[in-house]
Amino acid sequence: MPEIPEELLRRSAEAKAKALGLPVEQVLAEMRGEAPVAEVPAESVDVPRPTFVPSPPPPSVPEIPPEPQPPDPASAPPPAITAVAETPPAAAEGPAPAVEEPAPAAPEVPDNGAGNGRLAATVSVRPSVPPAGVPEGVRHQRLLTVVKARAIQQVKADPTDKVNTWPHLMIAEFTALLAMTAFLLVLSTILQAPLLEAANFNATPNPSKAPWYFLGLQEMLSYFDPQIAGVTVPTVIGIVGFMMIPYIDRNPSTRPSDRKLAIMLFTIFLAGSATLTILGVLFRGPGFNFAYPWVDGVFFDDLKDWVDFGGH
Amino acid sequence: MSSRNGIHGLLTKARTHATDMMGRMWSGQFMDSMLRPGSPFKKGYTDTPRNRSYVIMNNVLYHLHPVKVKRHGVKLSYTLCLGGLSFFLFILLTVTGIFLMFYYAPTAERAYIDVQALSTDIAFGSLMRNMHRWGAHLMVLTVFLHMSRVFYHGAYKPPREFNWVVGVILLLLTLLLSFTGYLLPWDQLALWAVTVGTNMAGFVPVIGAQVKFALLGGVEVTAGTLLRWYVLHVLFLPFIIVIFLAVHFWRVRKDGGISGPL
Ligand code: HEM
Repeated sequence: MPEIPEELLRRSAEAKAKALGLPVEQVLAEMRGEAPVAEVPAESVDVPRPTFVPSPPPPSVPEIPPEPQPPDPASAPPPAITAVAETPPAAAEGPAPAVEEPAPAAPEVPDNGAGNGRLAATVSVRPSVPPAGVPEGVRHQRLLTVVKARAIQQVKADPTDKVNTWPHLMIAEFTALLAMTAFLLVLSTILQAPLLEAANFNATPNPSKAPWYFLGLQEMLSYFDPQIAGVTVPTVIGIVGFMMIPYIDRNPSTRPSDRKLAIMLFTIFLAGSATLTILGVLFRGPGFNFAYPWVDGVFFDDLKDWVDFGGH
Repeated sequence: MSSRNGIHGLLTKARTHATDMMGRMWSGQFMDSMLRPGSPFKKGYTDTPRNRSYVIMNNVLYHLHPVKVKRHGVKLSYTLCLGGLSFFLFILLTVTGIFLMFYYAPTAERAYIDVQALSTDIAFGSLMRNMHRWGAHLMVLTVFLHMSRVFYHGAYKPPREFNWVVGVILLLLTLLLSFTGYLLPWDQLALWAVTVGTNMAGFVPVIGAQVKFALLGGVEVTAGTLLRWYVLHVLFLPFIIVIFLAVHFWRVRKDGGISGPL
Protein backbone atom coordinates (compact mmCIF):
# COMPACT_ATOMS: atom_id res chain seq x y z
CA MET A 1 0.00 0.00 0.00
CA PRO A 2 1.40 3.37 -0.97
CA GLU A 3 2.48 5.70 1.72
CA ILE A 4 -0.07 8.44 2.27
CA PRO A 5 1.42 11.68 3.52
CA GLU A 6 0.45 12.33 7.07
CA GLU A 7 -1.28 15.65 6.51
CA LEU A 8 -3.40 14.27 3.68
CA LEU A 9 -4.45 11.34 5.77
CA ARG A 10 -5.29 13.62 8.62
CA ARG A 11 -7.30 15.97 6.45
CA SER A 12 -9.37 13.18 4.95
CA ALA A 13 -9.84 11.62 8.36
CA GLU A 14 -11.14 14.91 9.66
CA ALA A 15 -13.57 15.18 6.80
CA LYS A 16 -14.74 11.64 7.27
CA ALA A 17 -15.03 12.03 11.02
CA LYS A 18 -17.14 15.11 10.52
CA ALA A 19 -19.35 13.32 8.06
CA LEU A 20 -19.82 10.24 10.19
CA GLY A 21 -19.98 12.03 13.46
CA LEU A 22 -17.12 10.04 14.88
CA PRO A 23 -14.04 11.22 16.77
CA VAL A 24 -11.18 12.12 14.49
CA GLU A 25 -8.67 9.96 16.32
CA GLN A 26 -10.84 6.89 15.85
CA VAL A 27 -11.23 7.44 12.13
CA LEU A 28 -7.55 8.11 11.74
CA ALA A 29 -6.78 4.86 13.48
CA GLU A 30 -9.21 3.05 11.20
CA MET A 31 -7.64 4.52 8.15
CA ARG A 32 -4.22 3.48 9.29
CA GLY A 33 -5.58 0.01 9.79
CA GLU A 34 -4.88 0.16 13.49
CA ALA A 35 -8.48 -0.17 14.57
CA PRO A 36 -11.48 -2.13 13.38
CA VAL A 37 -13.77 -0.28 11.06
CA ALA A 38 -16.77 1.23 12.73
CA GLU A 39 -20.05 -0.32 11.77
CA VAL A 40 -21.89 1.52 9.12
CA PRO A 41 -25.62 0.84 8.86
CA ALA A 42 -26.06 -1.93 6.37
CA GLU A 43 -29.01 -0.52 4.49
CA SER A 44 -27.01 2.47 3.45
CA VAL A 45 -24.00 0.50 2.39
CA ASP A 46 -25.01 -2.06 -0.17
CA VAL A 47 -25.44 0.57 -2.79
CA PRO A 48 -23.65 0.34 -6.07
CA ARG A 49 -23.22 4.09 -6.36
CA PRO A 50 -22.36 6.95 -4.09
CA THR A 51 -25.17 7.65 -1.75
CA PHE A 52 -25.86 9.97 1.04
CA VAL A 53 -28.48 10.01 3.68
CA PRO A 54 -29.92 13.37 4.30
CA SER A 55 -30.25 14.47 7.85
CA PRO A 56 -33.77 14.16 9.23
CA PRO A 57 -35.84 14.47 6.08
CA PRO A 58 -37.73 17.73 6.06
CA PRO A 59 -41.46 17.27 5.78
CA SER A 60 -41.53 18.55 2.23
CA VAL A 61 -39.13 15.91 0.98
CA PRO A 62 -41.03 12.93 -0.34
CA GLU A 63 -40.53 9.66 1.41
CA ILE A 64 -38.15 7.26 -0.22
CA PRO A 65 -38.15 3.50 -0.05
CA PRO A 66 -35.17 1.96 1.67
CA GLU A 67 -33.92 0.30 -1.49
CA PRO A 68 -32.20 2.71 -3.84
CA GLN A 69 -33.87 2.59 -7.18
CA PRO A 70 -32.40 3.13 -10.56
CA PRO A 71 -33.44 6.49 -11.93
CA ASP A 72 -36.61 6.49 -13.87
CA PRO A 73 -35.58 6.61 -17.50
CA ALA A 74 -38.60 8.73 -18.33
CA SER A 75 -37.71 11.42 -15.90
CA ALA A 76 -35.54 14.42 -16.64
CA PRO A 77 -31.90 13.73 -17.58
CA PRO A 78 -30.30 12.28 -14.48
CA PRO A 79 -27.41 14.04 -12.86
CA ALA A 80 -23.99 12.76 -13.64
CA ILE A 81 -23.71 11.30 -10.19
CA THR A 82 -27.12 10.37 -9.01
CA ALA A 83 -27.43 11.17 -5.40
CA VAL A 84 -29.92 8.71 -4.00
CA ALA A 85 -31.36 9.87 -0.78
CA GLU A 86 -32.26 7.32 1.76
CA THR A 87 -34.16 7.44 4.94
CA PRO A 88 -33.75 5.26 7.95
CA PRO A 89 -35.98 2.18 7.88
CA ALA A 90 -38.31 3.56 10.47
CA ALA A 91 -39.36 6.41 8.26
CA ALA A 92 -39.48 4.46 5.04
CA GLU A 93 -43.10 3.40 4.97
CA GLY A 94 -44.53 6.30 2.97
CA PRO A 95 -45.45 6.44 -0.71
CA ALA A 96 -42.57 5.88 -3.03
CA PRO A 97 -41.79 8.31 -5.83
CA ALA A 98 -39.23 6.98 -8.18
CA VAL A 99 -36.34 9.38 -8.01
CA GLU A 100 -35.31 12.02 -5.62
CA GLU A 101 -34.29 15.28 -7.18
CA PRO A 102 -30.55 15.64 -6.87
CA ALA A 103 -29.52 17.59 -3.86
CA PRO A 104 -28.44 21.09 -4.83
CA ALA A 105 -25.02 20.49 -3.37
CA ALA A 106 -23.26 18.07 -1.11
CA PRO A 107 -25.40 18.27 1.98
CA GLU A 108 -24.14 19.54 5.23
CA VAL A 109 -24.64 16.64 7.54
CA PRO A 110 -25.08 17.82 11.07
CA ASP A 111 -22.83 16.25 13.58
CA ASN A 112 -25.65 14.62 15.49
CA GLY A 113 -23.93 11.32 16.06
CA ALA A 114 -27.14 9.37 15.66
CA GLY A 115 -27.70 6.99 12.80
CA ASN A 116 -30.36 9.33 11.57
CA GLY A 117 -28.44 11.46 9.14
CA ARG A 118 -25.09 10.58 7.88
CA LEU A 119 -23.05 10.25 4.79
CA ALA A 120 -22.82 6.60 4.03
CA ALA A 121 -20.39 4.74 1.84
CA THR A 122 -17.92 7.49 2.08
CA VAL A 123 -14.60 5.81 2.37
CA SER A 124 -12.16 5.65 -0.44
CA VAL A 125 -9.42 3.96 1.48
CA ARG A 126 -10.81 0.93 3.23
CA PRO A 127 -8.13 -1.58 3.91
CA SER A 128 -10.17 -4.06 5.88
CA VAL A 129 -12.86 -6.44 4.70
CA PRO A 130 -16.15 -4.81 3.84
CA PRO A 131 -18.85 -5.00 6.43
CA ALA A 132 -21.46 -7.69 6.19
CA GLY A 133 -24.05 -7.14 3.52
CA VAL A 134 -21.71 -5.49 1.06
CA PRO A 135 -21.52 -7.51 -2.13
CA GLU A 136 -18.15 -8.73 -3.22
CA GLY A 137 -16.27 -6.20 -5.36
CA VAL A 138 -18.31 -3.15 -4.39
CA ARG A 139 -16.10 -0.20 -3.90
CA HIS A 140 -17.09 2.57 -1.64
CA GLN A 141 -16.50 6.10 -2.59
CA ARG A 142 -16.90 9.37 -0.96
CA LEU A 143 -19.45 11.70 -2.35
CA LEU A 144 -17.58 14.83 -3.20
CA THR A 145 -20.23 16.80 -4.96
CA VAL A 146 -23.28 16.35 -7.05
CA VAL A 147 -22.76 17.49 -10.61
CA LYS A 148 -25.77 17.96 -12.74
CA ALA A 149 -25.55 16.44 -16.17
CA ARG A 150 -25.25 19.68 -17.97
CA ALA A 151 -22.26 20.57 -20.04
CA ILE A 152 -20.85 24.03 -20.51
CA GLN A 153 -22.52 24.08 -23.84
CA GLN A 154 -26.01 22.84 -24.07
CA VAL A 155 -25.83 19.85 -26.33
CA LYS A 156 -29.32 19.16 -27.47
CA ALA A 157 -29.49 15.94 -29.32
CA ASP A 158 -32.74 16.56 -31.05
CA PRO A 159 -32.76 14.26 -33.99
CA THR A 160 -32.15 16.50 -36.97
CA ASP A 161 -31.78 15.65 -40.57
CA LYS A 162 -28.15 16.32 -41.33
CA VAL A 163 -25.97 15.89 -44.35
CA ASN A 164 -22.23 15.96 -44.83
CA THR A 165 -20.84 19.43 -45.39
CA TRP A 166 -18.63 17.86 -47.99
CA PRO A 167 -19.87 17.59 -50.61
CA HIS A 168 -23.39 18.90 -50.15
CA LEU A 169 -22.73 22.37 -48.76
CA MET A 170 -19.29 22.92 -50.23
CA ILE A 171 -20.51 22.26 -53.75
CA ALA A 172 -23.29 24.80 -53.36
CA GLU A 173 -20.91 27.36 -51.90
CA PHE A 174 -18.33 26.79 -54.58
CA THR A 175 -20.95 27.16 -57.28
CA ALA A 176 -22.19 30.41 -55.78
CA LEU A 177 -18.62 31.67 -55.56
CA LEU A 178 -17.93 30.86 -59.19
CA ALA A 179 -21.18 32.43 -60.31
CA MET A 180 -20.42 35.59 -58.37
CA THR A 181 -16.91 35.79 -59.83
CA ALA A 182 -18.25 35.31 -63.33
CA PHE A 183 -20.94 37.92 -62.79
CA LEU A 184 -18.51 40.48 -61.43
CA LEU A 185 -16.00 39.81 -64.22
CA VAL A 186 -18.61 40.32 -66.91
CA LEU A 187 -19.97 43.41 -65.20
CA SER A 188 -16.52 44.91 -64.84
CA THR A 189 -15.73 44.25 -68.46
CA ILE A 190 -18.88 45.93 -69.68
CA LEU A 191 -19.17 48.82 -67.28
CA GLN A 192 -16.41 51.30 -66.70
CA ALA A 193 -16.18 52.70 -63.17
CA PRO A 194 -16.75 56.44 -63.26
CA LEU A 195 -13.93 58.92 -63.02
CA LEU A 196 -14.89 62.55 -63.41
CA GLU A 197 -12.61 65.58 -63.57
CA ALA A 198 -10.03 65.94 -60.84
CA ALA A 199 -11.27 67.19 -57.49
CA ASN A 200 -11.85 70.91 -57.56
CA PHE A 201 -12.76 72.71 -54.39
CA ASN A 202 -14.06 75.69 -56.30
CA ALA A 203 -16.52 73.88 -58.53
CA THR A 204 -19.44 72.49 -56.60
CA PRO A 205 -21.45 70.21 -58.86
CA ASN A 206 -25.17 70.73 -58.92
CA PRO A 207 -26.66 68.58 -57.55
CA SER A 208 -24.12 67.11 -55.13
CA LYS A 209 -25.13 63.64 -54.17
CA ALA A 210 -23.90 61.20 -51.54
CA PRO A 211 -23.16 57.56 -52.47
CA TRP A 212 -26.37 55.71 -53.30
CA TYR A 213 -26.58 53.91 -49.95
CA PHE A 214 -26.74 57.27 -48.19
CA LEU A 215 -29.09 58.83 -50.72
CA GLY A 216 -32.16 57.70 -48.81
CA LEU A 217 -30.86 59.73 -45.89
CA GLN A 218 -30.08 62.69 -48.09
CA GLU A 219 -33.58 62.44 -49.45
CA MET A 220 -34.99 62.51 -45.94
CA LEU A 221 -32.87 65.56 -45.17
CA SER A 222 -34.85 67.42 -47.79
CA TYR A 223 -38.12 66.67 -46.01
CA PHE A 224 -37.23 66.91 -42.35
CA ASP A 225 -35.23 69.06 -40.09
CA PRO A 226 -31.63 67.90 -40.33
CA GLN A 227 -31.61 67.22 -36.62
CA ILE A 228 -34.23 64.57 -37.26
CA ALA A 229 -33.25 63.20 -40.63
CA GLY A 230 -29.52 63.41 -40.19
CA VAL A 231 -29.30 62.23 -36.65
CA THR A 232 -32.23 60.74 -34.91
CA VAL A 233 -33.36 58.56 -37.76
CA PRO A 234 -30.05 57.01 -38.82
CA THR A 235 -28.28 56.77 -35.50
CA VAL A 236 -31.06 56.06 -33.07
CA ILE A 237 -33.38 54.02 -35.25
CA GLY A 238 -30.83 52.83 -37.74
CA ILE A 239 -28.09 51.64 -35.46
CA VAL A 240 -29.29 51.35 -31.88
CA GLY A 241 -32.80 50.41 -32.87
CA PHE A 242 -31.63 47.71 -35.26
CA MET A 243 -29.30 46.23 -32.69
CA MET A 244 -32.17 46.07 -30.23
CA ILE A 245 -34.56 44.23 -32.53
CA PRO A 246 -33.90 40.78 -31.00
CA TYR A 247 -34.47 42.19 -27.53
CA ILE A 248 -37.63 44.06 -28.45
CA ASP A 249 -39.25 41.27 -30.43
CA ARG A 250 -39.93 38.74 -27.68
CA ASN A 251 -42.15 36.59 -29.82
CA PRO A 252 -40.39 33.22 -29.86
CA SER A 253 -42.02 31.92 -33.01
CA THR A 254 -40.29 32.01 -36.36
CA ARG A 255 -43.40 31.02 -38.28
CA PRO A 256 -44.36 33.81 -40.68
CA SER A 257 -48.01 33.45 -39.70
CA ASP A 258 -47.12 34.27 -36.09
CA ARG A 259 -45.02 37.29 -37.00
CA LYS A 260 -47.35 39.39 -39.06
CA LEU A 261 -46.53 42.65 -37.30
CA ALA A 262 -42.76 42.16 -37.42
CA ILE A 263 -42.84 41.20 -41.07
CA MET A 264 -45.10 44.11 -41.89
CA LEU A 265 -42.86 46.63 -40.14
CA PHE A 266 -39.72 45.35 -41.77
CA THR A 267 -41.34 45.30 -45.18
CA ILE A 268 -42.41 48.90 -44.69
CA PHE A 269 -38.83 49.74 -43.78
CA LEU A 270 -37.49 47.98 -46.89
CA ALA A 271 -40.03 49.53 -49.20
CA GLY A 272 -39.46 52.94 -47.63
CA SER A 273 -35.70 52.87 -47.98
CA ALA A 274 -35.93 51.55 -51.52
CA THR A 275 -38.35 54.31 -52.46
CA LEU A 276 -36.26 57.05 -50.88
CA THR A 277 -33.08 55.72 -52.48
CA ILE A 278 -34.63 55.49 -55.92
CA LEU A 279 -36.07 58.97 -55.55
CA GLY A 280 -32.66 60.28 -54.52
CA VAL A 281 -30.82 58.53 -57.33
CA LEU A 282 -33.17 59.09 -60.23
CA PHE A 283 -35.64 61.80 -59.40
CA ARG A 284 -33.49 64.58 -58.04
CA GLY A 285 -31.97 67.15 -60.34
CA PRO A 286 -30.20 70.49 -59.91
CA GLY A 287 -30.72 72.04 -56.50
CA PHE A 288 -31.88 68.61 -55.38
CA ASN A 289 -35.26 69.49 -56.83
CA PHE A 290 -37.53 66.88 -58.30
CA ALA A 291 -36.77 65.89 -61.85
CA TYR A 292 -38.05 63.24 -64.22
CA PRO A 293 -35.23 61.05 -65.44
CA TRP A 294 -36.88 60.49 -68.82
CA VAL A 295 -37.29 64.24 -69.35
CA ASP A 296 -34.37 65.86 -67.56
CA GLY A 297 -31.93 62.95 -67.53
CA VAL A 298 -30.26 61.29 -64.59
CA PHE A 299 -28.21 63.36 -62.22
CA PHE A 300 -26.22 60.63 -60.62
CA ASP A 301 -22.73 60.21 -61.98
CA ASP A 302 -21.78 57.16 -59.97
CA LEU A 303 -24.13 54.85 -61.81
CA LYS A 304 -24.52 57.02 -64.88
CA ASP A 305 -23.67 54.25 -67.32
CA TRP A 306 -26.35 52.05 -65.85
CA VAL A 307 -29.28 54.29 -65.65
CA ASP A 308 -28.83 56.99 -68.23
CA PHE A 309 -31.98 57.51 -70.27
CA GLY A 310 -30.44 60.20 -72.41
CA GLY A 311 -31.14 63.87 -71.89
CA HIS A 312 -28.98 65.74 -69.34
CA MET B 1 23.06 12.85 -85.47
CA SER B 2 24.70 12.00 -82.32
CA SER B 3 24.27 15.52 -81.03
CA ARG B 4 20.58 15.40 -81.91
CA ASN B 5 20.41 12.11 -80.16
CA GLY B 6 22.11 13.75 -77.28
CA ILE B 7 19.59 16.57 -77.14
CA HIS B 8 16.77 14.13 -77.59
CA GLY B 9 18.13 11.97 -74.85
CA LEU B 10 18.56 14.98 -72.63
CA LEU B 11 14.97 16.06 -73.21
CA THR B 12 13.65 12.59 -72.53
CA LYS B 13 15.69 12.42 -69.44
CA ALA B 14 14.49 15.82 -68.32
CA ARG B 15 10.91 14.85 -68.97
CA THR B 16 11.21 11.59 -67.10
CA HIS B 17 12.80 13.53 -64.33
CA ALA B 18 10.04 16.08 -64.29
CA THR B 19 7.21 13.55 -64.36
CA ASP B 20 9.05 11.58 -61.77
CA MET B 21 9.29 14.59 -59.56
CA MET B 22 5.67 15.54 -60.16
CA GLY B 23 4.68 11.99 -59.39
CA ARG B 24 6.73 12.00 -56.27
CA MET B 25 5.34 15.34 -55.24
CA TRP B 26 1.80 14.26 -55.90
CA SER B 27 1.93 11.01 -54.05
CA GLY B 28 5.06 11.45 -52.07
CA GLN B 29 6.17 13.15 -48.94
CA PHE B 30 5.41 16.72 -49.95
CA MET B 31 1.79 16.10 -50.91
CA ASP B 32 1.43 13.78 -47.95
CA SER B 33 2.61 16.45 -45.62
CA MET B 34 0.42 19.12 -47.15
CA LEU B 35 -2.82 17.18 -47.41
CA ARG B 36 -4.20 15.82 -44.22
CA PRO B 37 -5.88 12.40 -44.13
CA GLY B 38 -9.14 12.27 -46.01
CA SER B 39 -8.34 15.05 -48.45
CA PRO B 40 -10.15 14.44 -51.74
CA PHE B 41 -6.95 15.50 -53.51
CA LYS B 42 -5.03 12.69 -51.95
CA LYS B 43 -4.28 9.59 -53.93
CA GLY B 44 -6.66 6.79 -53.19
CA TYR B 45 -9.45 8.99 -51.90
CA THR B 46 -12.67 7.06 -51.88
CA ASP B 47 -16.09 8.55 -51.41
CA THR B 48 -17.06 7.07 -48.08
CA PRO B 49 -18.99 8.71 -45.25
CA ARG B 50 -15.84 8.53 -43.18
CA ASN B 51 -13.74 10.32 -45.75
CA ARG B 52 -16.47 12.90 -46.25
CA SER B 53 -16.17 13.70 -42.57
CA TYR B 54 -12.39 13.84 -42.79
CA VAL B 55 -12.53 16.30 -45.68
CA ILE B 56 -13.88 18.89 -43.27
CA MET B 57 -12.50 17.68 -39.99
CA ASN B 58 -8.91 17.56 -41.18
CA ASN B 59 -9.09 20.80 -43.05
CA VAL B 60 -8.64 24.44 -42.22
CA LEU B 61 -12.28 24.76 -43.25
CA TYR B 62 -13.14 23.13 -39.96
CA HIS B 63 -12.79 26.65 -38.58
CA LEU B 64 -15.83 27.62 -40.59
CA HIS B 65 -17.89 24.51 -41.12
CA PRO B 66 -18.93 21.58 -38.98
CA VAL B 67 -18.71 18.10 -40.48
CA LYS B 68 -22.43 17.90 -40.89
CA VAL B 69 -25.03 20.56 -41.42
CA LYS B 70 -28.78 20.56 -41.32
CA ARG B 71 -30.21 19.38 -44.58
CA HIS B 72 -32.49 22.35 -44.94
CA GLY B 73 -29.56 24.75 -44.40
CA VAL B 74 -27.88 23.41 -47.51
CA LYS B 75 -30.82 24.37 -49.67
CA LEU B 76 -29.86 27.43 -51.64
CA SER B 77 -33.37 28.73 -51.11
CA TYR B 78 -32.87 29.11 -47.37
CA THR B 79 -29.86 31.38 -47.00
CA LEU B 80 -29.61 32.28 -50.68
CA CYS B 81 -25.93 32.09 -49.81
CA LEU B 82 -26.08 35.81 -49.10
CA GLY B 83 -23.85 35.72 -46.03
CA GLY B 84 -21.36 33.53 -47.83
CA LEU B 85 -21.42 35.79 -50.87
CA SER B 86 -20.90 38.87 -48.71
CA PHE B 87 -17.82 37.21 -47.27
CA PHE B 88 -16.63 36.13 -50.68
CA LEU B 89 -17.03 39.65 -52.01
CA PHE B 90 -14.99 40.89 -49.08
CA ILE B 91 -12.21 38.50 -50.14
CA LEU B 92 -12.45 39.59 -53.77
CA LEU B 93 -12.29 43.21 -52.63
CA THR B 94 -9.19 42.47 -50.59
CA VAL B 95 -7.45 40.83 -53.54
CA THR B 96 -8.34 43.52 -56.07
CA GLY B 97 -7.69 46.21 -53.46
CA ILE B 98 -4.15 45.01 -52.91
CA PHE B 99 -3.58 45.20 -56.65
CA LEU B 100 -4.82 48.80 -56.66
CA MET B 101 -2.56 49.68 -53.76
CA PHE B 102 0.48 48.86 -55.89
CA TYR B 103 -0.35 51.73 -58.21
CA TYR B 104 -1.94 54.31 -55.96
CA ALA B 105 -0.54 56.99 -53.69
CA PRO B 106 -2.92 58.80 -51.36
CA THR B 107 -1.71 62.33 -52.00
CA ALA B 108 -3.62 65.18 -53.53
CA GLU B 109 -1.02 65.43 -56.31
CA ARG B 110 -0.96 61.79 -57.32
CA ALA B 111 -4.26 60.13 -56.35
CA TYR B 112 -6.29 61.29 -59.34
CA ILE B 113 -3.51 60.69 -61.85
CA ASP B 114 -2.88 57.25 -60.43
CA VAL B 115 -6.50 56.22 -60.76
CA GLN B 116 -6.56 57.60 -64.28
CA ALA B 117 -3.50 55.54 -65.11
CA LEU B 118 -5.10 52.48 -63.58
CA SER B 119 -8.12 52.96 -65.81
CA THR B 120 -6.14 53.42 -68.97
CA ASP B 121 -2.46 52.41 -68.88
CA ILE B 122 -1.87 49.59 -66.47
CA ALA B 123 -2.38 46.00 -67.54
CA PHE B 124 -5.59 44.70 -65.97
CA GLY B 125 -5.77 47.97 -64.07
CA SER B 126 -9.15 48.88 -65.46
CA LEU B 127 -10.54 45.41 -64.79
CA MET B 128 -9.25 45.43 -61.24
CA ARG B 129 -10.56 48.89 -60.55
CA ASN B 130 -13.96 48.06 -61.97
CA MET B 131 -14.17 44.83 -60.03
CA HIS B 132 -13.21 46.66 -56.88
CA ARG B 133 -15.76 49.37 -57.38
CA TRP B 134 -18.71 47.25 -58.51
CA GLY B 135 -17.80 44.58 -55.99
CA ALA B 136 -18.01 47.16 -53.22
CA HIS B 137 -21.46 48.29 -54.33
CA LEU B 138 -22.50 44.68 -54.62
CA MET B 139 -21.26 43.89 -51.14
CA VAL B 140 -23.33 46.67 -49.61
CA LEU B 141 -26.27 45.15 -51.43
CA THR B 142 -25.63 41.52 -50.44
CA VAL B 143 -25.02 42.42 -46.80
CA PHE B 144 -28.25 44.37 -46.74
CA LEU B 145 -30.14 41.52 -48.39
CA HIS B 146 -28.53 39.04 -46.01
CA MET B 147 -29.82 41.10 -43.12
CA SER B 148 -33.28 41.09 -44.65
CA ARG B 149 -33.25 37.35 -45.15
CA VAL B 150 -32.17 36.89 -41.51
CA PHE B 151 -35.01 39.12 -40.41
CA TYR B 152 -37.67 37.38 -42.45
CA HIS B 153 -36.57 34.03 -41.07
CA GLY B 154 -36.67 35.35 -37.53
CA ALA B 155 -33.12 34.00 -37.35
CA TYR B 156 -32.17 36.69 -34.83
CA LYS B 157 -34.27 35.08 -32.11
CA PRO B 158 -32.67 33.30 -29.16
CA PRO B 159 -30.00 32.05 -29.06
CA ARG B 160 -28.90 34.20 -32.01
CA GLU B 161 -29.69 37.67 -30.63
CA PHE B 162 -26.10 38.65 -30.16
CA ASN B 163 -25.08 37.55 -33.62
CA TRP B 164 -27.63 39.98 -34.97
CA VAL B 165 -25.91 42.73 -32.98
CA VAL B 166 -22.57 41.67 -34.44
CA GLY B 167 -24.26 41.72 -37.83
CA VAL B 168 -25.43 45.31 -37.44
CA ILE B 169 -21.84 46.27 -36.62
CA LEU B 170 -20.73 44.43 -39.76
CA LEU B 171 -23.26 46.36 -41.83
CA LEU B 172 -21.96 49.59 -40.37
CA LEU B 173 -18.36 48.62 -41.08
CA THR B 174 -19.28 47.62 -44.62
CA LEU B 175 -20.84 51.03 -45.21
CA LEU B 176 -17.84 52.79 -43.70
CA LEU B 177 -15.44 50.77 -45.83
CA SER B 178 -17.39 51.65 -48.93
CA PHE B 179 -17.67 55.31 -47.98
CA THR B 180 -13.98 55.74 -47.16
CA GLY B 181 -13.08 54.15 -50.49
CA TYR B 182 -15.37 56.56 -52.28
CA LEU B 183 -13.03 59.47 -51.63
CA LEU B 184 -9.87 57.83 -52.90
CA PRO B 185 -10.16 58.53 -56.68
CA TRP B 186 -10.04 62.22 -55.72
CA ASP B 187 -12.28 63.31 -58.54
CA GLN B 188 -15.29 65.60 -58.43
CA LEU B 189 -17.61 62.70 -57.66
CA ALA B 190 -15.49 61.62 -54.70
CA LEU B 191 -14.90 65.06 -53.29
CA TRP B 192 -18.50 66.22 -53.29
CA ALA B 193 -20.13 62.96 -52.32
CA VAL B 194 -17.89 62.89 -49.28
CA THR B 195 -18.60 66.53 -48.59
CA VAL B 196 -22.33 65.83 -48.64
CA GLY B 197 -21.94 62.66 -46.58
CA THR B 198 -19.83 64.21 -43.86
CA ASN B 199 -22.10 67.24 -43.75
CA MET B 200 -24.83 64.83 -42.72
CA ALA B 201 -22.61 63.61 -39.90
CA GLY B 202 -22.23 67.23 -38.86
CA PHE B 203 -25.92 67.37 -38.02
CA VAL B 204 -25.43 65.05 -35.07
CA PRO B 205 -26.41 67.11 -32.02
CA VAL B 206 -23.83 68.05 -29.40
CA ILE B 207 -20.93 66.06 -30.89
CA GLY B 208 -21.74 66.58 -34.57
CA ALA B 209 -19.09 69.18 -35.22
CA GLN B 210 -16.47 67.08 -33.44
CA VAL B 211 -17.42 63.93 -35.35
CA LYS B 212 -17.19 65.79 -38.61
CA PHE B 213 -13.85 67.31 -37.63
CA ALA B 214 -12.45 63.91 -36.66
CA LEU B 215 -13.70 62.30 -39.88
CA LEU B 216 -12.26 65.01 -42.09
CA GLY B 217 -9.19 65.89 -40.08
CA GLY B 218 -10.33 69.49 -40.43
CA VAL B 219 -13.43 71.52 -41.12
CA GLU B 220 -13.62 70.46 -44.77
CA VAL B 221 -12.25 67.84 -47.12
CA THR B 222 -8.51 68.36 -47.59
CA ALA B 223 -5.47 66.40 -48.62
CA GLY B 224 -5.22 65.36 -44.99
CA THR B 225 -8.66 63.81 -45.27
CA LEU B 226 -7.47 61.78 -48.23
CA LEU B 227 -4.57 60.28 -46.28
CA ARG B 228 -6.77 59.70 -43.25
CA TRP B 229 -9.47 57.91 -45.21
CA TYR B 230 -6.90 55.90 -47.12
CA VAL B 231 -5.46 54.53 -43.89
CA LEU B 232 -8.91 53.81 -42.53
CA HIS B 233 -9.89 52.17 -45.80
CA VAL B 234 -6.93 49.87 -46.35
CA LEU B 235 -5.86 49.15 -42.80
CA PHE B 236 -8.04 50.06 -39.88
CA LEU B 237 -11.52 49.14 -41.09
CA PRO B 238 -10.50 45.86 -42.76
CA PHE B 239 -8.72 44.90 -39.55
CA ILE B 240 -11.79 45.62 -37.46
CA ILE B 241 -14.20 43.94 -39.83
CA VAL B 242 -12.11 40.76 -39.92
CA ILE B 243 -12.34 40.54 -36.14
CA PHE B 244 -16.10 40.96 -36.22
CA LEU B 245 -16.40 38.48 -39.09
CA ALA B 246 -14.54 35.92 -37.01
CA VAL B 247 -16.92 36.45 -34.12
CA HIS B 248 -19.88 36.34 -36.49
CA PHE B 249 -18.93 33.01 -38.05
CA TRP B 250 -17.97 31.53 -34.72
CA ARG B 251 -21.33 32.46 -33.29
CA VAL B 252 -23.21 31.02 -36.27
CA ARG B 253 -21.76 27.64 -35.31
CA LYS B 254 -21.96 28.02 -31.56
CA ASP B 255 -25.57 29.12 -31.73
CA GLY B 256 -26.40 25.79 -33.27
CA GLY B 257 -25.68 26.30 -36.93
CA ILE B 258 -28.08 27.81 -39.37
CA SER B 259 -31.50 28.55 -37.94
CA GLY B 260 -34.76 27.01 -39.00
CA PRO B 261 -36.45 25.30 -40.66
CA LEU B 262 -39.36 27.65 -40.34
C1 HEM C 1 -19.92 41.70 -43.75
C2 HEM C 1 -21.12 41.35 -43.55
C3 HEM C 1 -21.63 39.95 -43.20
C4 HEM C 1 -21.13 38.73 -43.52
C5 HEM C 1 -19.88 38.43 -44.36
C6 HEM C 1 -22.00 37.73 -42.95
C7 HEM C 1 -21.84 36.37 -43.08
C8 HEM C 1 -22.73 35.43 -42.60
C9 HEM C 1 -22.74 34.05 -42.96
C10 HEM C 1 -21.75 33.38 -43.91
C11 HEM C 1 -23.76 33.45 -42.29
C12 HEM C 1 -24.20 32.00 -42.44
C13 HEM C 1 -25.60 31.91 -43.03
C14 HEM C 1 -25.86 32.66 -44.29
O1 HEM C 1 -25.04 32.63 -45.21
O2 HEM C 1 -26.93 33.29 -44.38
C15 HEM C 1 -24.39 34.46 -41.48
C16 HEM C 1 -25.45 34.25 -40.62
C17 HEM C 1 -26.05 35.24 -39.87
N1 HEM C 1 -25.87 36.60 -40.01
FE1 HEM C 1 -24.45 37.46 -41.11
N2 HEM C 1 -23.00 38.37 -42.26
C18 HEM C 1 -22.83 39.72 -42.41
C19 HEM C 1 -23.65 40.72 -41.93
C20 HEM C 1 -24.76 40.50 -41.14
C21 HEM C 1 -25.74 41.51 -40.78
C22 HEM C 1 -25.71 42.94 -41.29
C23 HEM C 1 -26.64 40.89 -39.96
C24 HEM C 1 -27.86 41.49 -39.28
C25 HEM C 1 -27.98 42.69 -38.89
C26 HEM C 1 -26.23 39.51 -39.79
C27 HEM C 1 -26.87 38.59 -38.99
C28 HEM C 1 -26.70 37.23 -39.10
C29 HEM C 1 -27.41 36.25 -38.33
C30 HEM C 1 -28.41 36.53 -37.20
C31 HEM C 1 -27.01 34.99 -38.80
C32 HEM C 1 -27.53 33.61 -38.37
C33 HEM C 1 -28.59 33.27 -39.39
C34 HEM C 1 -29.17 31.90 -39.27
O3 HEM C 1 -28.76 31.14 -38.37
O4 HEM C 1 -30.05 31.58 -40.10
N3 HEM C 1 -25.10 39.30 -40.55
N4 HEM C 1 -23.73 35.67 -41.69
